[in-house]
Amino acid sequence: MSEHTISVKLKVWRQKGAQTPGRFVEYEVKEVSTSSSFLEMMDLLNEELIARGEDPVAFDHDCREGICGQCSMTINGIPHGRNRLQTTCQLHMRSFTNGETITIEPFRAEPFPLVKDLVVDRGAFDRIIQAGGYIEQRVGSAQDANAIPIGKVTADRAMDGAVCIGCGACVAVCPNASAMLFTSAKMTQLNLLPQGKPERHRRAVGMVGQMDAEGFGNCTNIGECEAACPKGISLDFIASMNRDYAVAKIKQLFGA
Amino acid sequence: MKLDSNIPEGPLEKKWTNAKFNYKLVNPANKRKYSVIVVGSGLAGGAAAATMGELGYNVKCFCYQDSPRRAHSIAAQGGINAAKNYQNDGDSVFRLFYDTIKGGDFRSREANVHRLAELSTAIIDQCVAQGVPFAREYGGMLDNRSFGGAQVSRTFYARGQTGQQLLLGAYQSLSRQIALGQVKMYNRHEMLDVVLVDGVAKGIITRNLVTGKIERWGADAVVLATGGYSTVFFLSTNAAGCNVTAAWRAHRRGAGFANPCYTQIHPTCIPQEGEHQSKLTLMSESLRNDGRVWVPKSREIAAKLRKRQMKPSEVKEEDRDYFLERKYPSFGNLAPRDISSRAAKEACDDGRGIAPTGFGVYLDFAEAINRLGRAKIEERYGNLFDMYENIAGYSAYDEPMMIYPAPHYTMGGLWVDYNLQTTIPGLFAGGECNFSDHGANRLGASALMQGLADGYFVLPATVSNYFGTNIPVGKAGKFDVNHPAFDAAENEVRERIDRMMSIKGSTSPRAIHIELGKIMLDKCGMARSHESLTQAIGEIRALREKFWNDLVIPGEKEEFNAELERAGRVADHLEFAELLCYDARDRDESCGGHFRIEHQDEGEAVRHDDKFAHVSVWEFKGAGVEPVKHTEELVFENVHLGVRSYK
Repeated sequence: MSEHTISVKLKVWRQKGAQTPGRFVEYEVKEVSTSSSFLEMMDLLNEELIARGEDPVAFDHDCREGICGQCSMTINGIPHGRNRLQTTCQLHMRSFTNGETITIEPFRAEPFPLVKDLVVDRGAFDRIIQAGGYIEQRVGSAQDANAIPIGKVTADRAMDGAVCIGCGACVAVCPNASAMLFTSAKMTQLNLLPQGKPERHRRAVGMVGQMDAEGFGNCTNIGECEAACPKGISLDFIASMNRDYAVAKIKQLFGA
Repeated sequence: MKLDSNIPEGPLEKKWTNAKFNYKLVNPANKRKYSVIVVGSGLAGGAAAATMGELGYNVKCFCYQDSPRRAHSIAAQGGINAAKNYQNDGDSVFRLFYDTIKGGDFRSREANVHRLAELSTAIIDQCVAQGVPFAREYGGMLDNRSFGGAQVSRTFYARGQTGQQLLLGAYQSLSRQIALGQVKMYNRHEMLDVVLVDGVAKGIITRNLVTGKIERWGADAVVLATGGYSTVFFLSTNAAGCNVTAAWRAHRRGAGFANPCYTQIHPTCIPQEGEHQSKLTLMSESLRNDGRVWVPKSREIAAKLRKRQMKPSEVKEEDRDYFLERKYPSFGNLAPRDISSRAAKEACDDGRGIAPTGFGVYLDFAEAINRLGRAKIEERYGNLFDMYENIAGYSAYDEPMMIYPAPHYTMGGLWVDYNLQTTIPGLFAGGECNFSDHGANRLGASALMQGLADGYFVLPATVSNYFGTNIPVGKAGKFDVNHPAFDAAENEVRERIDRMMSIKGSTSPRAIHIELGKIMLDKCGMARSHESLTQAIGEIRALREKFWNDLVIPGEKEEFNAELERAGRVADHLEFAELLCYDARDRDESCGGHFRIEHQDEGEAVRHDDKFAHVSVWEFKGAGVEPVKHTEELVFENVHLGVRSYK
């Protein structure tokens, strides 16, 4: 835990709102502890801006431990920065060098309209879940939890998809602004489990339909999403989703 | 203030059944005529909103985050307790009840805790049915692990992110109700006041955090599920946005606030490092299943370890003090949180802390790695070890973790009766924001249990009963947002914002929050005294003066303005902190997380049941005016008030 301080130059995207044009503004932050997190560095910048009578940089954040999925910055061109398996709030200043210039932008994608500066609206993700990312199950109707045995392999695989934090890095990094990693992670988790099977076709058609309606692009197997995902969700989930969707559409065609 | 706990008649194990039978029902066709506001979308709020929507009520749900899926319940790591006895190790509803009462240092209400233990099993069934991928064994059955304060394995978990999975389960149910139109969701809306019409809760006032618009909302009942107040310490394991505002605003309107001094300082967090820090990160209690807590026996060795002139692995076995195992042989490293935290503080105060600041102890996995292999440890705690390495800068596979206690959870909260109704009719509180189930100390893996019990099972039943009893069908949905009470509340909210914006001083809201945190941690933290609390009250008042005279908020009120949000929350913390100190000073005993240095026996808390076997409920009398205390006597008919021993 060797602590020392560095100075960094920032190029931060500033934009009052979706309707006004934005631009990069340069700042310098001096004497940042290398053990502080990236967001703590942003706190420091904002405290300096407030002291100078300027408008602080708006950014989303909440849990600051990599699980709520609210923080969203593209740092030097990569959502959540270059370290693998990390969110912006988990990125630490020890990953930067003294004097380095850091470019900070919002998560850019048409279905994520800009709110202010680095804040975007990811409501499209909520609407994808609302279109089928659940199991219809009434409180009070559940049977004993051990009544349906689920093999460890299946349970683990479902969990691999369930770890998604809904941050949107997959969309922001994708040249097509595709939301297929996000959508497939939830769909596959639910479609794999015996509890979710009765609705799997309906779910596939609903979620994919909403994803398209929101204006997200298609997957062209570039794989940037998997690399940028702070939870390491694999591209394989997209393959599972495509299969589930194809089967569902064929069944629909034959009225099954 | 009238405190009627409304505990149902009958023997302990029949109370909930009797209560449900006696609750008034609303017939299915009439349900759609009633509406309810839920503030907060975490385990309690999200589950309550989804379930009441499912029942057919019109629900409006509000959260300050950009999506209900972000609520801080998501950060809970270790697990959720349930008395399933799947391990055949002697668990039962009564044992979970007993462990929780004892863990709370005999300061909670028996009937509520028993209901919680009863509902625990249904929660697991519910979550599995909705697709929560709990950890399983190869045979397909659910796996369990142990948590502090229990000698059975009753904790269900999903890797190190159980809270996330349970919250997403509730969020998915909520999403379904949103799609069906039963729930209207308002993201990025912060509740700034509750509105009472003729003494009854009928709505709320919110600020749209994107546009700054102040709006009013009416309903037949209001449910607060807005979490705890650990951020009064500034540095805590809570999310940056967690705050006391909703609960405090309700308190100012007449809701009694119970036991604010019961705060939980969690033993296993990554130690504080410097002034730049904005939060402390929890390392799940589940790690204590395999990690051993120690410091060196001698101050000399500790000094070398602090300066890194020596590696922890070089400290000989006989020079190590596994202080939890030594002091509490039967519970060992799984001693409850309050006790473990105090023991760590004691070791550090003795000069044997090992972090560079002197405030840190080891959590060592070397033996477990030897016994089980690195792969097994990775499978159990991989994400926690990654989190640790990322923050601390080195791997806990190679060296023991450094940990130190940090504010984590608050047992105190809005006083509620058995039906989770506050002292304001029509205003309910669920989850961490009420005081009801954990007494003076919460056991690990019980917060998720309480949030979901309240949300899925208790609130839907008790709010229905409130409608059935108090609001005839003809009056359902007949609230009037143009009533003068709404005008008055909205004006107060606007005036307060204008007042904060107009100060134009030079101190930022964050700087004041940091100062408040230092006062609270230093004088009202893990060790409190009459003297330190009196000092704290004086300092909080001075800081409040500074806030209202020298605050600066940049930007405008009618736009996205994070500093204005923060200022409002800090302003409420500055009033609430004083109440917390009054309560801590008034409670002249040690119990659970509340440790008064005047009342101890060799470092162990000493309770005074003759004087303090009650809930302290405070009534607001104005900012800066001493609040008035009321009491609810706690009656123990099923457990014996013993000395809480884990030895």
